[in-house]
Amino acid sequence: MTKQQNTRETGKNIARRQSDFIWRRKNLLGLKELTAEELLHIFETAQGFKDISRRSIKKAPALRGKVVANLFFEDSTRTRTSFALAAQRLSADVLEFTAKASSISKGESLRDTARNLEAMGIDVVVVRHGAGGAPHLLSQCIDSCVINAGDGYHEHPTQGLLDIFTICEFRQDLKGLKIAIVGDITHSRVARSNIWALNTLGAEVHLVGPPTLLPPAVDKLPVTVHHDFEAIIGEMDVLNMLRVQFERIGSPVLPSLQEYTRLFALTSERMKRAKKDVIVMHPGPINRGLELESEVADGPNSTVLRQVGNGLAIRMAVLFLVNQATNLPEGERIETLTHG
Amino acid sequence: MADLLIKNGRVIDPANDLDKSADLLVDKGKIVKVAGSMKETADKVIDAKGLLVTPGLIDLHVHLREPGDEEEETIASGATAAVAGGFTSVACMPNTDPTIDNEATVEYVHRQAAAARKANVFVTGAITKGRQGKELAEMGQMVRGGAVGFTDDGTGVQDPSVMLKALQYVSMFDKVIMQHCQDNTIAGDGCMNSGYTSTVLGLPGMSGLAEELMIARDLQLLARTSARYHVQHLSTAKTAEIIRQAKKKKLQVTCEVSPHHLLLTEEECCGYDTNYKMNPPLRTAADVKAMRKAVADGTIDCLATDHAPHLASEKELEFLAAPPGIIGLECALGLYVKALIESETIEWPRLIEMMTIAHAGILQIEKGTLSPGADADITLIDPNRKWTVDANQFHSKSRNCPFHGWDLTARATCTIVGGKTRFKLDG
Repeated sequence: MTKQQNTRETGKNIARRQSDFIWRRKNLLGLKELTAEELLHIFETAQGFKDISRRSIKKAPALRGKVVANLFFEDSTRTRTSFALAAQRLSADVLEFTAKASSISKGESLRDTARNLEAMGIDVVVVRHGAGGAPHLLSQCIDSCVINAGDGYHEHPTQGLLDIFTICEFRQDLKGLKIAIVGDITHSRVARSNIWALNTLGAEVHLVGPPTLLPPAVDKLPVTVHHDFEAIIGEMDVLNMLRVQFERIGSPVLPSLQEYTRLFALTSERMKRAKKDVIVMHPGPINRGLELESEVADGPNSTVLRQVGNGLAIRMAVLFLVNQATNLPEGERIETLTHG
Repeated sequence: MADLLIKNGRVIDPANDLDKSADLLVDKGKIVKVAGSMKETADKVIDAKGLLVTPGLIDLHVHLREPGDEEEETIASGATAAVAGGFTSVACMPNTDPTIDNEATVEYVHRQAAAARKANVFVTGAITKGRQGKELAEMGQMVRGGAVGFTDDGTGVQDPSVMLKALQYVSMFDKVIMQHCQDNTIAGDGCMNSGYTSTVLGLPGMSGLAEELMIARDLQLLARTSARYHVQHLSTAKTAEIIRQAKKKKLQVTCEVSPHHLLLTEEECCGYDTNYKMNPPLRTAADVKAMRKAVADGTIDCLATDHAPHLASEKELEFLAAPPGIIGLECALGLYVKALIESETIEWPRLIEMMTIAHAGILQIEKGTLSPGADADITLIDPNRKWTVDANQFHSKSRNCPFHGWDLTARATCTIVGGKTRFKLDG
C-alpha cells in the first residue's frame, strides 16, 4: 500500500478539527441523520482507540461497570464478535443474547425482550435484526442506549463508519472522491449507510449493479447509477464490493452466478482497468471467486483486513460516545429521531 | 301519536335529491314523512336546529373479527363503535377465523348482531372456501342466509380462472363481487408503498402496480360476464384512471376509498409507526390528490373505512411483522369532512350520498334513504362540532388509529336505528 505512512497524519488532522465537539446521541440508529461534524467526531474518537489496540495491554477503563448486551436476531459472527471485543476492551461486561425475531416465531416480542434486558440493568443494547426499523422500535421502548448493528435493508451504521474511516486513512480529503458500491443495492444496509455518510462528507457515490438489484426510486438518492462496471471502473477511487446473496441467484432478479461474475465481479483482469491506487473494500465475509477474485481480495489494493481492524476501533468509539451522551442533562441529549 | 319527531334540522336525503330545512316524523320504526313545519307531535321530540338530519350512515367495509379474534373486536363492540360514529349499517368482511364461507357462519353473525342491538350488521361471504382462492364457496346458500356480497378481502383472488367463474356464478344472484385488488406476485413481501421512502427506511415496498394489474385483469373478466364488481379501497392514481375509463365503457364497476388514502401519505411511515401500516399501503401525495379528484368527478362511488381492529401487542411489533390496518368507524365522518368538504372537493349532499345510498345500491339493501316507509335509520350530524380524536375513548376494543389527537370539525351526535336511539353524544 503506497499511502500507509499518511494514516496517522490524517487521524491527527481530524482530531485537531474536532476537539471541542460534544456528542449528544444516546442511540446510533443510522448514518442518514448524522452531520459531517458528528461523523468526523466518531472517526477522531476511533483513531484514539485504534492506538490502544497497538499497546500490549489492550484495555481502557472507559466503560468499567457498564453492561453491553449483544442482542442478535440474525446470524452474525463478525459484527457480533467485533462488538463484544470492543466492549471488553473498554472494560464493559458483555451479555450475549440470541433471540428469534417475532416475524419468524410467535415468541416473545422485541419490546418484551428489550424490557426484560433493561430490567436486568443493561446500559447499551447492540441490536441486529432482520426487520428495518427494529432498533428504532427498541429505542422507543427502553432507556438504555441502542446501537444498530444492522437492521433489514435499512442501515448498518458501524459498517458504513468503518468503511469510510478506512478510506480516510488513505485519502486526505473525501470531497469529490469517486466511490463505487457494486452489487445488490436493494437488499444492502451496508450500501445505504455508505451512501448517506459519504454524501454528507462530500464524496461522489456511484452504484453499479443490474436494474433488478437497484432499489425503488434510486434516482432520488444522491448517487449516480451504472450498469456497465467495466466502463466506469477506471474513474473510481474506491471499489466497495458487496457480498452476493445466494438466495437471489436463480430468482427473477439474477439469472446465474456465472452471469453475475461475468458482469460485476472484481477480477484481476478487470483490475487492470482500475486506477493504480484504487482502494478495494468488502464488508465480508467474501464469496471468493464470486464478487471478488482471491487474487484481488488478498492483493495490495485490498483493505479487507484493515476494515476488520478498524471496525473494532469504530465500535469502541460508538460504544464510548453513546454512553457518554447519557451523562448529559436530559434536554441536551438526542433521544429519538425519525427520517426527515 | 307518532313515536318520534325530529324538528328544525337540515334534512339531506340524496336518494330523493332533498336538501332543505324540514321536520322528520317516525312511527313504528319507519319513516312517516319529511315536511316543512309539521303540525303533528310525537312521544319524543328532538330539536335538530343547527344539525344535519341524514339517512343512517352505511359502511360496506368493516372487519368485526368475530368469530375468531374476539379480543380485537366483537360484533357487539364493532356495532357499538359503528353507531358512535354515526353508522346505522355496516357490512362485515369474511376474513374471520373460521372464514365466513358458509350459511351457518353468516347466520351466526346475524344472531350476534341482533343480540347486540346496535347497528345493523350485513354480512359478506368469502368468494372461495377458506379464502384460499381455489374452490368457490357456497355462495348460493350464503345468499339464502342473507349474505349481501362476496369478497376474499385481505387478499385478492389470484387465479384469473377462479375469478372468472366467481363472476359468472354470482351473476345468478345479483350480488356484488368485491375485490381486494392485489397481485401477490408483484406485491411480494411489501409492507409499505414502494418508492423513495421505502428505500430510505429499508423496508420492502409494494408497488401500486400490484393493485393496477389485478383491476385491469378483472375488468377484462367482468366484460365477459353480467356480474357487478366492486373495487375495495383503491389507492393509486392509475387505479382511479383505470376505473374512470371502465365506467365510460359502461362496465358494472364501483369502487370505494378509505379515509387514510384521502389524508395520509407514505411519508408517515418514517418513524416506523405501525399505525401507518395498511394494506393497500399509504401512497404518495399525488395519489392522495388523485383520490380526491376521483371523488369530485364521481369515479369513486362511496367512502368506506376498512375498519380493521388489531391488538396493541400486535401493532407493537416491528413494522415488517405487525399486521396491516387501522380502525376508523368512530372518526371516519369527521375525517371525510376534513378531506373532502374542508378542501372544497364536494359538498354535504354528495358526501352523505357517498356514505348512505351509494352503499345501499352496491349491496342492494333497502337502506340509505329517508323515503316514507323506509326503516327509520337516521343520523344527526353537527357540522360545526369541534372535537379531538381520542382513541382511548373509542367503543371499539382496539386502539390502532393514526388519527389519535387530530382536531376535527364534524361529528355524529345521535344515531337512530329502526326508530330507536342507539347512540347519543351528549348524555
